[in-house]
Amino acid sequence: MLPRPTTHSKALGPGVAGPELAVATSAVLDRPPQPGAHLPLSGAAPCAVDPASLHDPRQHTKYPMVTGTSVMAIKYKDGVMLGCDMLAAYGSTKRYKTTQRMYRVNSKCVVAAGGEISDFQHICTLLDELTTDDFRTDDGIELTPQEVYAYLCRVLYNRRNKFDPLWNSLVVGGVAPDGSFLGMVGMIGTHYTDNHVTTGFANQLARPLFRERQKDDMSEEEALQLMYDALKVCYYRDKQSINKFQIAKVTHAAGVSISEPFALDVRWDYKKFAEPTKWAVGAW
Amino acid sequence: MGQDGPGDLTMVPVSMGTTIVATTFNGGVILAADSRTSSGAYIGNRATDKITPLCDNVYCLRSGSAADTQAIAGYVQHFIAQHQAEENDRISVKTAATLVRTLAYNNKDNLSAGLIVAGWDKHGGEQIYSINLGGTMTQVPFTMSGSGSTYIYGYADKNWRPNMTQEEAHDFVQRCIRYAIAWDASSGGCIRTVTITKDGVKRVFIPGEEIPPCFGELPREARVG
Repeated sequence: MLPRPTTHSKALGPGVAGPELAVATSAVLDRPPQPGAHLPLSGAAPCAVDPASLHDPRQHTKYPMVTGTSVMAIKYKDGVMLGCDMLAAYGSTKRYKTTQRMYRVNSKCVVAAGGEISDFQHICTLLDELTTDDFRTDDGIELTPQEVYAYLCRVLYNRRNKFDPLWNSLVVGGVAPDGSFLGMVGMIGTHYTDNHVTTGFANQLARPLFRERQKDDMSEEEALQLMYDALKVCYYRDKQSINKFQIAKVTHAAGVSISEPFALDVRWDYKKFAEPTKWAVGAW
Repeated sequence: MGQDGPGDLTMVPVSMGTTIVATTFNGGVILAADSRTSSGAYIGNRATDKITPLCDNVYCLRSGSAADTQAIAGYVQHFIAQHQAEENDRISVKTAATLVRTLAYNNKDNLSAGLIVAGWDKHGGEQIYSINLGGTMTQVPFTMSGSGSTYIYGYADKNWRPNMTQEEAHDFVQRCIRYAIAWDASSGGCIRTVTITKDGVKRVFIPGEEIPPCFGELPREARVG
């Protein structure tokens, strides 16, 4: 990213004022803006302690604190569909139950994340800077999902190389003139594209369902039912999940729409659940 | 968490990060538990029965390592059966609890088990004994244990009172489990309760979809799929 003036007030001090100032203040001359992969230009420098003074270059996520769980996504006839729940867990506490883990990049692309939520919020800031740049160029051209995917691969891989990863598993989904796009980027920079991608527990639980039932030309109803079934099994078997989900659809026709939160009809009323030890009293 | 995939599950112990609650009321005891068993973040069993009979009039609630609590309960069931055969009479709740405590205390270095033993006998009426990790046994009118119990200390402090009626006590423990499930990821599924009085034992099963939603969750009518 090239250094650019930001939307923040110049009064915020060094690192924020840009080349627009006719005469650079002494504060700017002392500490010219230094963007980096871990310090976006928008307002971070005044709010962050100089890492060199801490004698430790790593200042971010060593262990994840507030985390999101799986994300799953499939291609279907009209575009792509992404689904995830709305929980941000604090260790074993189901702390925040209305976190949107999906981010609308532009009218053609959505990014969803599992893992550390603060790092995801930082990634959203980075993507926002790219989108704002596009907007300012004012030529109607937006980043394609492939470009967003490639950018995120580089960011995550480069952070991993500095032993300071962004602790996320990202799913990038969208539509482009040459078709729909789904990609996954992991916290160490591992990435791939496919017709269905999953992160976290969905790798083990939802992927078999997708392999069996996902088709590139499936209808929206079929895709929605497949998504419901995949979300349901992840809710049954992942302890850090809640029965509150969002599905994002990106279509060629209608662009991005992220649904309202909804819950799934889950079942516990099996006879054998009611009395599992009925015929083996004393067992468990 | 972190890298894609839940990681190596072979080394993660199966534990009942759990919520278990027991209270006395006027004439008996109620034991209540959630139904989740997890290894790491994977839910191995979403319909576990954590309320285990030690004998007809004494039940125990198990929390901690599933294997350890199953082993302890198995041994104690055996000892009680032998004791009852020799005495030709029902065991007292205190004796049953002491057997559990002896196992827990003498093997404290190798066990990770927190049990609550509760029941009704003709000598002392309704009793609850809480046996912690080190083997401490205490008689209590109300107790709770497991990872989810931390979220309901406030609720229990405010709402527990002695000599409740059976209906009040049942509502109280059911709410305890429900509120713990709302916050604890290691607890969930269904609510099971067992009520023990001089007239016998009654089991109640509240399936997961009938538990009223808590703050931040969506109402039942909104469910699709």
